[in-house]
Amino acid sequence: MGSKKYPHADYQKEPISRREFIKQGVAVAAMSAAAGYLMLAPENYPLSLRDVTGLRSQPKEKPFQLPDFRVPKEAGVFDIGIGRNGSVGVKLRKALDAIGGITRYIKPGDVVLIKPNVAFDRPPMLGATTNPEIIEELIRLLLVEGRAREVRVADNPIESPVDCFAKSGIRLATERAGGKVYLPDSNAFEILYTPGATLIEQWPFFKRPFQNVNKVIGVAPVKDHNLCYASMGIKNWYGLLGGRRNQFHQNIHEIVSDLSIMIKPTLTILDGTRILMKNGPTGGDPSDVKPADVIMAGVDPVAMDAWAFENLLERKEKLPEYLYKAEQKGSGKIDFRGRIKEVV
Amino acid sequence: MSLSRPITLQEKTRKFLRLTQVRVFSQVVFFGLFLFSVWATWTSRLEGYPVSRLLEMDPLVAVSTALSTGYIYRYLGWALGIIVLTFLFGRVFCNWICPFGTLHQFVNYLFNIQPNSKRIEQNRYHPAQYFKYAILVVFLIMAALGALQIGLLDPIVMMYRGFATFVSSAWNMLISAITPLFVRVGIEASWSDTLKFSPGAAHRIFVGSFWIGLWFLLFVALNLWKPRFFCRFVCPLGAFLGVLSRYSLFRINRDVTKCTDCNLCLTRCEGAADPQSMVRKSECFSCMNCIDDCPEDALQFTMIGLDRKQVVEAPDISRRRLVFAGITGLLAFPLLRNNGTATDENFSPHMIRPPGSVAEPEFLKKCIKCDQCINVCPTNVLQPATLKEGGFETLWTPVMNFNIGHCQLNCTLCSEVCPTGAIRKITVAEKLGKGEYTHKGPIVLGTAFINTTRCLPWANQIPCVVCEEVCPVSPKAIQTIDEEVKDVFGKMVVLNKPFIVPDLCIGCGICQHECPVQDDPAVYVTAIGESRSRSRRLLLHFRSSTSK
Repeated sequence: MGSKKYPHADYQKEPISRREFIKQGVAVAAMSAAAGYLMLAPENYPLSLRDVTGLRSQPKEKPFQLPDFRVPKEAGVFDIGIGRNGSVGVKLRKALDAIGGITRYIKPGDVVLIKPNVAFDRPPMLGATTNPEIIEELIRLLLVEGRAREVRVADNPIESPVDCFAKSGIRLATERAGGKVYLPDSNAFEILYTPGATLIEQWPFFKRPFQNVNKVIGVAPVKDHNLCYASMGIKNWYGLLGGRRNQFHQNIHEIVSDLSIMIKPTLTILDGTRILMKNGPTGGDPSDVKPADVIMAGVDPVAMDAWAFENLLERKEKLPEYLYKAEQKGSGKIDFRGRIKEVV
Repeated sequence: MSLSRPITLQEKTRKFLRLTQVRVFSQVVFFGLFLFSVWATWTSRLEGYPVSRLLEMDPLVAVSTALSTGYIYRYLGWALGIIVLTFLFGRVFCNWICPFGTLHQFVNYLFNIQPNSKRIEQNRYHPAQYFKYAILVVFLIMAALGALQIGLLDPIVMMYRGFATFVSSAWNMLISAITPLFVRVGIEASWSDTLKFSPGAAHRIFVGSFWIGLWFLLFVALNLWKPRFFCRFVCPLGAFLGVLSRYSLFRINRDVTKCTDCNLCLTRCEGAADPQSMVRKSECFSCMNCIDDCPEDALQFTMIGLDRKQVVEAPDISRRRLVFAGITGLLAFPLLRNNGTATDENFSPHMIRPPGSVAEPEFLKKCIKCDQCINVCPTNVLQPATLKEGGFETLWTPVMNFNIGHCQLNCTLCSEVCPTGAIRKITVAEKLGKGEYTHKGPIVLGTAFINTTRCLPWANQIPCVVCEEVCPVSPKAIQTIDEEVKDVFGKMVVLNKPFIVPDLCIGCGICQHECPVQDDPAVYVTAIGESRSRSRRLLLHFRSSTSK
């Protein structure tokens, strides 16, 4: 028995038909050819996966550019309006009316982004963040008189975003007036290309809230700042950047002047209701704050910062260097004489 | 089952309203509450929800902290509810409430598919089930000596810690990994905004999350070897409730006249409690599965007409083993403490505790490592300690890592959620030393120092002072020496060289977090000067009246 009895009883011979053989052969050949093409075809061929230098597989950043959000100038309209006396709403309206009214800048159906300064987890009374009343009044004005379709409020604070927006009162003010808060998260940033910027030509930018936005308004408090003397309207745009912002202090004046060309806002509003006179930009004690009665609105952030530095922070020394640099870069003119209309 | 016999009303209703169905409902509700409390443990969602309540009603937490401190903190009295429930119905907590138990049961249900004969063998009582009582004894003796370690194995703590530092951050990471894929095909990302969905913020990181996750997953995976391995062999809370349940009024009772010894009651016995012979009260989870599975209707969960012979009341642990466990507990205490990190003799500069923490020896009597504080922290500064800061004893307790975040000035959330008072409930006024706390001064976590060999203005002639800018106290605890120098390239630069005013520094660490010399920051906070301990202070007196 045994050795002669081959094949084994359990062994079943299954012959392959010619048709089957050809089908399998073609399928195997086609798959090998496809795999071979993907692996071996030169890089510029369509669908080729080849990466000879190792550079093709490196992540590519596709920087985007921001449009110009300004509206065309009109003869006879002042560049800067200052509102004094009355409630926050009244002052804001006075300042805006002095430069042609909100409807000159906002058209029905616009999507407006407001950038307040919400850098720190502080109550509004400490003057480190934008006064939430201004945000609330401004959003109402934009939605009711400007007939804006949507108003968004966004900032990338230094401390926990949720807390900063909550404790500065900005979230409540925004939601009460019908706006929408955008908080930063890791996927919300993309590389912004700013032609002409010296140090931040390409830098991560808080892009998500900018989807479909056609008007941008910066609303900044006026604050003391040890390193760059003062943080006002231009420095406020720092809050739209991500990445390693803590390197900026190595050449802060160049950075701030870069910020002035990074974004060309429709309007800048300076919150002169609580001036942080010392211990800035964080403050921390009510005695650091001087109550004041001014709201500025305008289209020349350089001139506005210069005026606020001299008149609100009451500094008699030389203007911050970044204002001269910003002027050189064409963001505005420091000389504010004759361009301001004050409504008392 | 013969059809000739008329179906009784009892049989009819049992089909629709069985105890096991009520049990599953209870498990779903409590697991849901657990998930909600993890999700709500976050600055924008807290709104006064009692997110730590499951921990606060854990009797092992109450009993062991009572042993270590002599008191019952804040809401820990809620444990009475579970204790009373156990006296009435036995270890119902384990199979009706405990989210970790529910997780184990669910994993078995999904992945441990066996023929009935195999399941019956798996669910027989195993003598090694005594082991959990030994663990309990070790932990309680250590607690009585002042080293609270129950958190290593307490199931509620395991769940909170595992979800806070492993599951939720894994979830965050997966969402933010998937989102760009949607964006690529043109779907707006806001619906998958990590801030909206995940129980936490985007990109939170947790030091040692790997080991916490592994410890958690290990016990989940062991279900595939022995069903409910953790609950039967390890769980110290189950052991504690097992001791109580010998006095319970209700229990499973087997009617020996009906029983045919078919062993089918073992098919789904969760506790391996021998319902087929003398039911072990201390092992039974009151899951009621055996009642469902008995074809003869011989089993009942009742307090009336109990068969006194068919029961084992006490846990199955011999006196010798109890003594051995006791000695182990006695030795474990010095084993943990000998390195001196818990006392003031050899404390680590990195052992920086959250604001409101009590002095270190007291802290170690109270902290159960549930990591609720770490979950609620809005800046991610709170991290589970590794072996580096305080050795094994402080493993997974909260420490502040200022390279990751900083302690936000107006925030006291960690003290809000702490179930045991290791971080005592404080107000913002108390933290900042304002109002009625002016005379006590602010709570100080540590003190900042400048490493002048790495600081850009000090060492490299490059302007910087981010640290001074972000310092939140007024007047600032970081001041500068301003100098105009010609740098190496011949350019005149103004250098603001920072120095620390320790009288004013509260150790919040924002300077360290914002320092551009990121990997080994040029300004860094260490534990010295912390106000919670007299012997860890730095200054003899404060030089200014406006400081603390």
